[in-house]
Amino acid sequence: MEQISYILQQVVNGIQLGAVYALIALGYTMVYGVLRLINFAHGDVFMLGAFVAYFLISKFGLPVYLVFILTMVSCALVGYVIEKVAYKPLRDAPKISLLITAVGVSLFLEYFLSLKALFTPNYIPFPKPFEIETYDLSFFVITNVQLLIFIITFISLFILYLLIYKTRYGIAMRAVSYDKETASLMGVGIDGIISFTFIIGASLAGVGGILYGIAYPQINVFMGIMPGIKSFIAAVLGGIGIIHGAVVGGLIIGLCEVFVSAFLSSTFRDGVIFIILFAVLLFRPMGIFGKRIEKV
Amino acid sequence: MCEKNNKLTKRGDKMKKLFLVFMAVAFLAFPSFAKDTIKLGLIAPLTGDVKTFGESAKNGFIIAIEDYSKSGKYKIDPVIADDRNDPTEGANAALKLITQDKVIAISGPLTSKVAIPVSDIANNNKIPMITGAATNPKVTIHDGKRKPYVFRACFIDPFQGTVAANFADKELKVKTAAVLYDVGNDYSKGLAEYFKATFIKKGGNIVAYESYQKDDVDFSALITKIQVKKPDVLYLPDYYNKVALIARQVREKGLKSTLIGGDGWDSPELIKIAGGAIVGGYFTNHYSPDRKDPIAEAFIKRYKEKYNTVPDAFAALSYDATMILLKAIDNARSLKSEDIVKYLNSMKNHKGVTGNINFDKNGDAVKSAVILKVEKDRVRYMTTVNP
Repeated sequence: MEQISYILQQVVNGIQLGAVYALIALGYTMVYGVLRLINFAHGDVFMLGAFVAYFLISKFGLPVYLVFILTMVSCALVGYVIEKVAYKPLRDAPKISLLITAVGVSLFLEYFLSLKALFTPNYIPFPKPFEIETYDLSFFVITNVQLLIFIITFISLFILYLLIYKTRYGIAMRAVSYDKETASLMGVGIDGIISFTFIIGASLAGVGGILYGIAYPQINVFMGIMPGIKSFIAAVLGGIGIIHGAVVGGLIIGLCEVFVSAFLSSTFRDGVIFIILFAVLLFRPMGIFGKRIEKV
Repeated sequence: MCEKNNKLTKRGDKMKKLFLVFMAVAFLAFPSFAKDTIKLGLIAPLTGDVKTFGESAKNGFIIAIEDYSKSGKYKIDPVIADDRNDPTEGANAALKLITQDKVIAISGPLTSKVAIPVSDIANNNKIPMITGAATNPKVTIHDGKRKPYVFRACFIDPFQGTVAANFADKELKVKTAAVLYDVGNDYSKGLAEYFKATFIKKGGNIVAYESYQKDDVDFSALITKIQVKKPDVLYLPDYYNKVALIARQVREKGLKSTLIGGDGWDSPELIKIAGGAIVGGYFTNHYSPDRKDPIAEAFIKRYKEKYNTVPDAFAALSYDATMILLKAIDNARSLKSEDIVKYLNSMKNHKGVTGNINFDKNGDAVKSAVILKVEKDRVRYMTTVNP
């Protein structure tokens, strides 16, 4: 009995972590879908989300829902600008140039923002937007922060699902991801769709940043690196380019981390996550949901 | 009336001129009137995850130089470098201070993980160094051999970990404890080991001994793991930032154990970040601002006037370390490193803000520790433990 409630508690812990990874992984996977680019700056957009929320809460004392909306808008804007400035001029360049640029953008954001006049390299305490409460459900305890993470993630995924499968933009986006040239011949505005993809991905990362800040109330400019890498692994695990793959991958990675810490040792945790990456790349490079047939 | 005044000012002018001439002559005749300038370095984490340590240390360093300047033999040119609590940054800062700025001696660094590599560099370059607050034994000792140019103004972790374990056993009268530490940090690892060893020796039971890594922010899995063991106390030997984060998650998960820690807790940010979660916790420290002692009181008063806040242990220790260095520089036979070190080795009973300081054969200060309790808006002095 005790063992069951212990495992249930760890599952709750794992889903909390996994939900945030899923939100970030979506951005990686969507951008990869339309551009075949691993957008390494994505983890830094996540960091920006946390900082924007920090300023909105601590300097302006805005209510939580406004914080979410404004943070998403600012992150969307940043995502849009990054694409226009750094990636668009390289649309026809070799893929490797694009990849190197992505790394450059990521480093630029981290080190530029860590200047003393901007965000500083310090650890900044993230303000509590509301009082944290713990509910004891006898089998496991859950906090209102965890509930918020589950609910917000679920809502975001639902909206994303509607957007991609029920709107013209979604159809266009899927068409671009399937075959850019043909989609363009069919009258789809490629540039617009790519911008749109970046905007959606960045705003999801922004949401992830706020939730992360609330759950682990300490932010700094380098906070996006590890979650970024792990979400990227989640996207690969689920099958890069596949939306529901990113979500499942994120949850698996979150649960894996927690269970390795719980039953082995936290020192093995990151090692195990990277072994998963190697194993996926070696034995099933298209990921869990990927199809074996290569698109040409 | 007017004329008289005029006369007076004229006479005043004359006096002034005379005085100036006299001064000029004196200046030429006794060149020692112009103090020689020497450079003194401080390495501290001014930014990064433990920035309040660095800020406090810098304040203590500056006050020490001001106090010294009133009567000291030399004019001090302070050179302050930021190590960001990163060993590589610290090593670079030390090399810069030694090779480019040519400092005579170094005060700092404050954290063991930076102080260990920096002390090697200082020692190899024969530059006297006193760390204010780095408590790991490896700062002054390398492979069982003393680093002759390195000293410290604080006690070491075997003592600190033992004090914490004794306190848990004797004062809190607890039987079970859990330890959660940073596996990549010498300071945290050392304290965890010494606490564990003493607690077991006293007949206590360590029910969980878990580690995490530097950049971790999610401790939920480990806390849940510890929670099933229901320990009476949870020992958290880390710096305030991490401790605050862990404390919050501990309480959110409903784990009720008493929290205990080390001197890394000493920061105004601890209560700010952790809020109610840390209240009721205890930690071992070098000094308490409640200390009744003329030197400490004078320092606290000056510090409050200048910086508008109560000095923490890092400010006090940095002040002491810097004062000892300056005293050695003044009293040594020459400014040669060897002479400064010789004086430091022979120094007896330096009266510091944090207590009487005597170096043992390893260059470590033999000092008592205090135990502080975290309350809602301040820390309160509980007891003093002598070595």
